[in-house]
Amino acid sequence: MAATVADTKASMAYAEVNYLNEPKGLKSWLLTLDHKRIGLMYFFAIMTMFFLGGIFALLVRLELFTPKQDFFGADTYNKFFTLHGAIMVFLFIIPSIPAALGNIILPLQLGAKDVAFPRLNLASWYVYVTGALFAIYSMVTNAVDTGWTFYAPYSTTTNTAVISMTMAVFILGFSSIFTGLNFLVTIHKLRAPGMTWFKMPLFVWGLYATALIQVLATPVLAITVVLLMLERGLGIGIFDPAMGGDPVLFQHFFWFYSHPAVYIMILPGMAIISELITAFSRKQMFGYKFVGFSSLAIALTGFMVWGHHMFTSGQSELSAVIFSFITFLVGIPSGIKIFNWLATMYRGSITLQTPMLWAFAFLFLFTIGGLTGIFLGAISLDIHLHDTYFVVAHFHYVMMGGTVMALMGGIHYWWPKIWGRMYNEKLARFSVFFVFVGFNVTFFTQFILGTRGMPRRYYQYLEQYQTLHEISTVGSWLLLLGFAIMAFYLIHSIFKGKVAGNNPWGALTLEWTTSSPPPAHNFERQPIAVNGPYDFDKVAAEITYEGTPGFGETVVAKKETTEVKH
Amino acid sequence: MSMNHAAEHPAHLAHHFADTEQQKESAKLGMWFFLLTEVLTFGGLFCAYAVYRAWHPEMFFNAHKELSLMAGTINTIVLITSSLTMALAIRSMQLGDKKQAMMHLALTFLLAATFLVIKYFEYSHKFHEGQLPGRFYTYTGIEGSNPHVFFSIYFAMTGLHGIHVMGGMCLIAWLFFKTKNGAFSPEYYTPIEMTGLFWHLVDLIWIFLFPLFYLIG
Ligand code: HEM
Ligand SMILES: [Cu+2]
Repeated sequence: MAATVADTKASMAYAEVNYLNEPKGLKSWLLTLDHKRIGLMYFFAIMTMFFLGGIFALLVRLELFTPKQDFFGADTYNKFFTLHGAIMVFLFIIPSIPAALGNIILPLQLGAKDVAFPRLNLASWYVYVTGALFAIYSMVTNAVDTGWTFYAPYSTTTNTAVISMTMAVFILGFSSIFTGLNFLVTIHKLRAPGMTWFKMPLFVWGLYATALIQVLATPVLAITVVLLMLERGLGIGIFDPAMGGDPVLFQHFFWFYSHPAVYIMILPGMAIISELITAFSRKQMFGYKFVGFSSLAIALTGFMVWGHHMFTSGQSELSAVIFSFITFLVGIPSGIKIFNWLATMYRGSITLQTPMLWAFAFLFLFTIGGLTGIFLGAISLDIHLHDTYFVVAHFHYVMMGGTVMALMGGIHYWWPKIWGRMYNEKLARFSVFFVFVGFNVTFFTQFILGTRGMPRRYYQYLEQYQTLHEISTVGSWLLLLGFAIMAFYLIHSIFKGKVAGNNPWGALTLEWTTSSPPPAHNFERQPIAVNGPYDFDKVAAEITYEGTPGFGETVVAKKETTEVKH
Repeated sequence: MSMNHAAEHPAHLAHHFADTEQQKESAKLGMWFFLLTEVLTFGGLFCAYAVYRAWHPEMFFNAHKELSLMAGTINTIVLITSSLTMALAIRSMQLGDKKQAMMHLALTFLLAATFLVIKYFEYSHKFHEGQLPGRFYTYTGIEGSNPHVFFSIYFAMTGLHGIHVMGGMCLIAWLFFKTKNGAFSPEYYTPIEMTGLFWHLVDLIWIFLFPLFYLIG
């Protein structure tokens, strides 16, 4: 484990035999049990879905450029925003960080050879693809127009393809459960020698909390969509008021899953941010235990607040007040994280490389998203803002401003580990810039639209909203530009990127001790966790890639290699 | 190194585990988490049951009398017995008695089949009477509002449970043949143990369903 100068120098080159090229052949990928390959396959699948969902978003925004109907009518508009929402939520963001990055990095960070159940892991990918096929089938037959929430009773009566889409959601749920279950067992049973619970990287802590939610909440969604299908197929009458049922029960079931699900979306993002902030501040995480436990606290309180989506549904006033109160409580652990991140950066030696820039984008946008969530948790304000663009802006600030920024940060951070190559730093900065600016142009306007009363899910609107809608649509084009640049230089780097070395950022978690890209079995020798994951004050890790330009400077000072004491 | 490493491992030990103990512990923990998701899946249906029972207490009372207490009781006994034979199958394998393990697995399979046959007669009787879920409900003999909801929930819950019984039977059949081929020994019988856990859960869920539908008045 102890990295001597000679050792590191020798392994600085691109690892010639690695999980990417050994074994070879399409079949070896499709039948692989290697968590890194499965993670990569998830990565491609998920990015495809991000692209698809993005196209629908652009179309929706395009239609909203003017107050009148321009390109398509109400029906098509309804289908497009539903597809956008459903794809982004179920096919992109929920699996994104855990199934793609988590799958690749989590066992490496634990010093394990693989996840506990490799076959189940592969199965979960195929289950995901099956779910995606159902969704696409539904899309090309007669796409759903219910909104991604499938609220009954409309969803039981509309003539669009609800059953195939809910079937997709049902199937995707299994893939989510499989991943969560696999992570839970891996974290409990496969940690490297010396890796106690409080030596685990915070990314692992975040995924642990996420996995708990995946396992505890997803089954309820599964049974809810089954009931919805039965309602549509057999008219069982559970959600249909005409038959003595209750549509609000559907909402209770749905949000009992879907509120915790927003934490499936955001906790992994927060977990990435913890890694980025420590690595690029070169400091011990301030209040490490608090950050770890706050993930668990968010996961647990997240189960008790679903009623805040139903303030206007006619639930009793008492339950509304209780749900509102608990909703405020969820703010506390999130606040703890934000303050601990800030405290970690304080007096750290911060370098502003691309992943850190994404982390800053996250901090800025997620804070806005989180605070506006508190507004919506206050009953009196929510009555006013419910189903307006304020809500649309809020959840985009959280989901996209939070999770997607963190995902991008994570992708850039681990890119050299995954591919053994560096991306173009300069282009990467352009990409961050356009995405950040484009994002705010697109969505900040929507806060204003919302407070002025613009309702969501309308394809025509009053003239007075036009300017803001126009600005918002232009913002969506900036976003497109930012992501297009990123796609370009990332793909380019796989073939032409500079060799990254084992540890380009000088981070201390175990994944950086193996070669880049790692060998099929992750480590040549069983690693032992001697130090904590962020003991920058005790240990100096060597930065093996020298070409990393600082902000303005060209080269980050290379750390003295001290013999790492273990 | 992984090469000669593999040679030292017993055949059933996957390469990413350090030893048999770790592998076994992992399987167990995974199974418990899985059972938790099962409990929660049924939990949603139990919630629906509770809500509608609270809304239509009389209708539920009247409708529940239509179920055959006899069939339900027999099935309860059948399923509890099958849990016992399943446990005995594990025990036999622990003692290394392959023949007996196979016999107990076969017995469990047969009892599960018996359960399904009895369910089949119950269902077809209900179908015949027109006591079907939702819009297919035609029966007129039950007083109270929306009696079809009772049968909707009844079929949803017992149906999902029935699917689990079938899943369990597939697993048991698979175990039977693996046992026959000598895949298990007193050192390694984890799949039998895990299937046993699953089977006990299926049994347990029925033990909740039985009083809720057949007994409570
Ligand atoms: C490329 C950037 C994006 C743009 C321009 C965009 C735009 C929009 C628009 C215009 C709507 C319709 C609002 C309405 O009428 O209610 C919408 C809804 C939605 N978006 Fe996005 N979006 C983007 C990215 C994302 C991402 C990354 C996610 C999730 C990860 C997401 C999740 C949702 C959801 C869940 C809805 C609600 C759909 C519904 O009402 O059924 N969006 N978005
Ligand atoms: Cu919520």
